[in-house]
Amino acid sequence: MTGERPMSGRERWEQETYRAFVEKSAERPARFESLSGIPLKPLYAPEDLEGWSYERDAGYPGEFPFTRGVYPSMYRGRLWTMRMFAGFGRPEDTNRRFKYLLEQGQTGLSTAFDMPALMGYDADHPRARGEVGKEGVSISTLDDFERLFDGIPLGDVTTSMTINCTASVALAMYLAIADQQGVGWDRVGGTVQNDMLKEFIAQKEWICPPEPAMRIVVDMIEFAAKLVPRFNPVSISGYHIREAGSTGVQELAFTLADGLAYVEAAVARGLHVDSFAPRLSFFFDVHNDFFEEIAKLRAARRMWARFMNERFGAKKAESMRLRTHTQTAGVSATAQQPLNNVARIALQAMAAVLGGAQSLHTNSYDETWALPTEEAVTVALRTQQIIAEETGVPLTIDPLGGSYYLEKLTGEVEARAMDYIRRIDAMGGMIRAIDQGFPQKEIADAAYRYQLMDDRGEKVTVGVNAYAMRDTTPINFLKIDETVELEQIERVGRFKAARDPAKVERRLKQVADACRTAQNVMPVLIDAVKDYVSLGEISDVYRQVFGLYREPIIF
Amino acid sequence: MSERTVRVVVAKPGLDGHDRGAKIVARALRDAGFEVIYTGLHQTPEQVVATAIQEDADAIGLSVLSGAHMYLFKRVLELLKDKGADDIAVFGGGIIPPEDVAALKGIGVKELFTPGTSTQDIVRFVRGNIRAAV
Repeated sequence: MTGERPMSGRERWEQETYRAFVEKSAERPARFESLSGIPLKPLYAPEDLEGWSYERDAGYPGEFPFTRGVYPSMYRGRLWTMRMFAGFGRPEDTNRRFKYLLEQGQTGLSTAFDMPALMGYDADHPRARGEVGKEGVSISTLDDFERLFDGIPLGDVTTSMTINCTASVALAMYLAIADQQGVGWDRVGGTVQNDMLKEFIAQKEWICPPEPAMRIVVDMIEFAAKLVPRFNPVSISGYHIREAGSTGVQELAFTLADGLAYVEAAVARGLHVDSFAPRLSFFFDVHNDFFEEIAKLRAARRMWARFMNERFGAKKAESMRLRTHTQTAGVSATAQQPLNNVARIALQAMAAVLGGAQSLHTNSYDETWALPTEEAVTVALRTQQIIAEETGVPLTIDPLGGSYYLEKLTGEVEARAMDYIRRIDAMGGMIRAIDQGFPQKEIADAAYRYQLMDDRGEKVTVGVNAYAMRDTTPINFLKIDETVELEQIERVGRFKAARDPAKVERRLKQVADACRTAQNVMPVLIDAVKDYVSLGEISDVYRQVFGLYREPIIF
Repeated sequence: MSERTVRVVVAKPGLDGHDRGAKIVARALRDAGFEVIYTGLHQTPEQVVATAIQEDADAIGLSVLSGAHMYLFKRVLELLKDKGADDIAVFGGGIIPPEDVAALKGIGVKELFTPGTSTQDIVRFVRGNIRAAV
């Protein structure tokens, strides 16, 4: 029946002007599709928004469904938090970098831990050999946390800690430091990443299988809701899913599906959704495809608000607000012509701001080579300050809202992500989907497709498969002194030896008892770390009580 | 005598979980016709070497993005030598600065692939340099 409908303006333009032109002068042989594979029209016009309702689908900032922003005044009220992730070497090395970043105008701290801490091994464990202080700061006992936060008032700064299967220990140590500083827990603000589901899906740092891992996460959600009300006990993270090679649509879908699983588990514990949901926070990647990334962040807010309202009956607006940290895409940075990364990072940061992020980490241009130097980190932080202070972008709320293209794309991204979420629901939720290897396989396939496009030159990476140069300016990069490992091993050994072994035994037994029963693990963990029971010793208890996770091999 | 298919163990030694590269390389080598055994994550050097010997591998491809490459590659080479299995070639990839690439090649690592490498370069390397043991 379409033949009877009068031609729309866009159809007329397409037939009369566009086609005629393209027949004479062909378009570039580019792939006209988004990075997630959404086909893109040459032009978007009012008719693309048929069925779209401004009030229902966009709405107003600070109001349901929050598409245009979670706060009423957005960046006119407060700029996003500039939060640079830092951590390397000894605790005092990272403490120095923290203080430098605060002096440079950074507004929140963000801690990177080394691989042994992230996997539940002390610096003196044989499995830690070669990895101590390399990818983050080395932490074994409270002594390390004392040095890490030396001179940093925990009542005044918020700290984000990127740690997952050992997040419970990190939170315990952080609260122990707050007690030492005389700062009440009600004044302690920050975030532990603590998103175990995405570990099984993407980042792959784990101790025990998904069910007990989930139980500890819920213990922390419950504990924080009651006693540390300004702390975000989980940061539901798409970043690692994306960095593992997913598309933007997959990142969105799997992240929200993880979020739904946490909410279900906490509700099953008996918590009221409005008692904990306001403290759930998110973390998304911001990759190269400028508009798709903005659409992803807008779709994420709209979808989450509707899920919280419709699935869980949340009543508080705060429970429906998807607040998110963002980070530019490490995976998009190139080792070749590394200064080009400055431009990539700036554009991705701009997308994060146009997408309405609450906080942002800009990567440093040298991170394909090593952890960033102070100079590289400064450029990355200045990039955010330039967007904030010079471009005028934060002066009005959601400046791209209402764009035919962006609103249409937001809807397309949402629809494709919903397809995935329906499939995961049908499998019985995310834990079941992980058991079946579903998200892992989807991501591995997407990563391989992306690599093949790159290999074949179907996707241009400037400076790598196009515009390559033989020699590029060498850059300085950060080297971690090998003596760090030896010093940390020696120091941990000394601290462990100085403890009363009977007291340590008693504390570990309390932790094991809590793990074996339905008792919340957090209170006994705090007592344990105050007696210098180590992260590795507590993780050993987790390993003994819950068993080790073995991944399905999928490639 | 017909030559058997080259067999490669792709391994992730150490604690780091960044397995995008390892999995892509494993799949590209498999698609190119090699026999590929992927160890999965969090392998100790001892486990990697044991797998390579048990699987009768011709080469081990190690993926390290954690900065622990100097320790892990060296340890795998030492263990292969100790077990009399140093006919198994070792190559690898990851975030490895140029001077470390030179140092590792100096102690016997056959090739190292850094970010931006095409999978076809890795396939070509294996095809050109790794022979199936008879």
